[in-house]
Amino acid sequence: MPRTAMTLSALVTATGLLFALSACQPNDQSGAKDDGTISVTSTDDKCEVSATEASSGTLRFDVKNDGSKVTEFYLLGEDGLRIVGEVENIAPGLNRTLTVSAPEGKYFTACKPGMVGDGIRGDFTVTKGEAGDQADAQDSQLKDQATSQYASYVKDQAEQLLSGTKEFAQAYKNGDDDKARELYAPVRMHWERIEPVAESFGDLDPKLDLREADLEDGQKWTGWHRIEKDLWPPATGYTALAQKDRDALADQLVTDTQTLHDRTRDMTFTADQLSNGAKELLDEVATGKVTGEEETWSHTDLWDFQANVDGARIAYEDLSPLLKKRDTELDSTLKTRFKDLQKLLDQYKEGDGFVTYDKLSKDDVKKLSDAVNALSEPLSTVTDKVVE
Amino acid sequence: MNEAPRDEHPTTTRRGFSRRALLGTGAGALAVGAGLGVAGPPAVAALQDTLGDRAPDDVVDFHGEHQAGIVTPAQDRLCFASLNVLTKDRDELIGLLKDWTAACRRITQGLDVTETGFDGGSEYAPPQDTGEAHDLSAAHLTVTVGFGRSLFQDSSGRDRFGLKSRLPEGLVELPHFPGDKLEDARTGGDLCIQACADDPQVAVHAVHNLIRMGFGVVSTRWMQLGFGRTSSTSTEQATPRNLFGFKDGTANLKAEDASAIQDHVWVTDDSWLRGGTYLVARRIRMILETWDRESLTGQEKIIGRTKGSGAPLSGGEEFTPVDLGMMGSGNQPIVPEDSHVRLAHPDTNDGVQMLRRGYNYADGTDTVGNMDVGLFFIAMVKDPATGFVPIQKKLARQDALSEYLRHTGSGLFAVPPGVSQDAADYLGRPLFEA
Repeated sequence: MPRTAMTLSALVTATGLLFALSACQPNDQSGAKDDGTISVTSTDDKCEVSATEASSGTLRFDVKNDGSKVTEFYLLGEDGLRIVGEVENIAPGLNRTLTVSAPEGKYFTACKPGMVGDGIRGDFTVTKGEAGDQADAQDSQLKDQATSQYASYVKDQAEQLLSGTKEFAQAYKNGDDDKARELYAPVRMHWERIEPVAESFGDLDPKLDLREADLEDGQKWTGWHRIEKDLWPPATGYTALAQKDRDALADQLVTDTQTLHDRTRDMTFTADQLSNGAKELLDEVATGKVTGEEETWSHTDLWDFQANVDGARIAYEDLSPLLKKRDTELDSTLKTRFKDLQKLLDQYKEGDGFVTYDKLSKDDVKKLSDAVNALSEPLSTVTDKVVE
Repeated sequence: MNEAPRDEHPTTTRRGFSRRALLGTGAGALAVGAGLGVAGPPAVAALQDTLGDRAPDDVVDFHGEHQAGIVTPAQDRLCFASLNVLTKDRDELIGLLKDWTAACRRITQGLDVTETGFDGGSEYAPPQDTGEAHDLSAAHLTVTVGFGRSLFQDSSGRDRFGLKSRLPEGLVELPHFPGDKLEDARTGGDLCIQACADDPQVAVHAVHNLIRMGFGVVSTRWMQLGFGRTSSTSTEQATPRNLFGFKDGTANLKAEDASAIQDHVWVTDDSWLRGGTYLVARRIRMILETWDRESLTGQEKIIGRTKGSGAPLSGGEEFTPVDLGMMGSGNQPIVPEDSHVRLAHPDTNDGVQMLRRGYNYADGTDTVGNMDVGLFFIAMVKDPATGFVPIQKKLARQDALSEYLRHTGSGLFAVPPGVSQDAADYLGRPLFEA
């Protein structure tokens, strides 16, 4: 259950910060290091930037806080308002790096010791580099395209999850256990596909997806896995739930899913949330599904497995046009590894679904685990390529 | 660890005198059998003679008000064993503790387990010492023994050895913590032995020989090797890095801070456990495969410190106190709410601190080839009910790090006070004879 998933704070885009223009003495222009890194020293009353000019493309600012207050560093557009890039929360004594992609133009650098006020500004110029500005503009378009496609995907999955959950809950309430068992895994796939998004709502995730082993003493157990145990009860020592408990659980499941659905209506994403989300989905597979820990009673782990992989693949495919430009080799590696993993998963298909986890041999599980690791490792490097 | 140039100087090591060299001085009439014999009064005096004033500087005294291996600067290697007591005879159990005490007095000084040693006895009898540490130095060996709850009463509450009324209050049944995946074969036990040394072979030799002495009286339940201490327990030690690559134990209690040790480690009530402590052991698997895929910023936010210097995210350098109140952008705490440092910090735990003394472990792989590696967590606390349970509950529930951790083993032991130079004294005597 990753808690590092897309945090809510990261979903809020920083816009509209007002900076009054304040002139600052321009620094020496030849201060960039050999690798192009520009160093910035922020103190309580100064913002020393080692260069005031750079050529367009990827810029790296290495910001050191030599002051006594928490500081921030910004690269602002010509209007002094638009934030091109920012790095926050640089505590006294620490270093942070800001990497941004900036086309030709006039900019401002700004340190903001104490995180209040206008910031200590300096002029900054980006000259035309070899790559050219057209590329930068195109990248920005590709990024927008990727994130809006992904937002649509999340909305669509949330809709299907809600309608499926309603049907499932009704069957369970009606005592139609065969139907409920039939619906359980396919409906959950919609949840599993967008799991990092769902988990970003820290209040909903434990209500909906907590496993028995994750419970603490005295905690009330609700959600999918509580019903799972009732539908696939252990052979001994289990008392089936009474009708009123069934009703309560089913209604709660629908209510919580409705809340989730509503919250996804106007969510927006950034490119790194897509890549990090994909990585987290594969982490889920590696720690929960490969080991058969997710679906203790129904053993439908491979449905979840497939859904996690689906969700990761969609995020990757949305980012792929951008990634291809930034790192062709990584893009093609990922394409191959997704294909390899899918091919392996396909071997366990049975009817509309999969064989149950308990049918897998140790050797089968090992092969799946290897394929997940083979994909996860390169997938974890995507964020660095698309974040700028 | 031990890089003795054995070819040239087969009887000494870089760190000090070997067992062979010490035995060469030949003094002392020791009558400790490998079986159930009891050390007589001359034992300690004889040992002193053996060592004379040549006591090498890599010996940690086994004797004292408290057992060694608690506030002793953490050595680099661990061999830990948990045992079940088989006998129903209280005297037999006491006999074993006396034998262990006699053996510990010797091996912590770099000597064989008995004077007859590993090759001095009859050629027709098995050697009394198993021999694998014979040419090695004492390597700062400490042996620390503890008693589990199940020694006092069995699972159905029945008294064992007439000790039930003496069950210490703090020796509770640890609750199930969220996310626990405890394996029976790595959990619990009636007795524990913690052997720490600079050299793994010396630590293993200690446990090996104590187990051997106990056959028929005890049986080994589980055993754990550890390497690379994961905490510094002295201000003289640099903070080591754990397998996540982060400095660990920066804010640990330090032996030099006598009043904090008094407040948080030693039992100070009037029970038989006075001068002792509680040892909490947790085998915590670290899921390195997924951790390694987390970005640098992500890792630092989970821990609450920078990876490089180990400075808290609130700034400064490694030993700068964490400023939990410092706010960052968006009026969010700069040390995240779910970061390990914040959740484990005394300020968020009613001032509770523990003396951590854990080790890394690497036990091969699981069935799919993922590394079974992690932290063998050991903490010494004055009262587990206040000093461990609440904080572990909180970490299991909220710590962002929990996603990368899996608790697979667990043990809680009451560690009796230390043993005096008096040859009649033995490990756990206040429990049995008060």
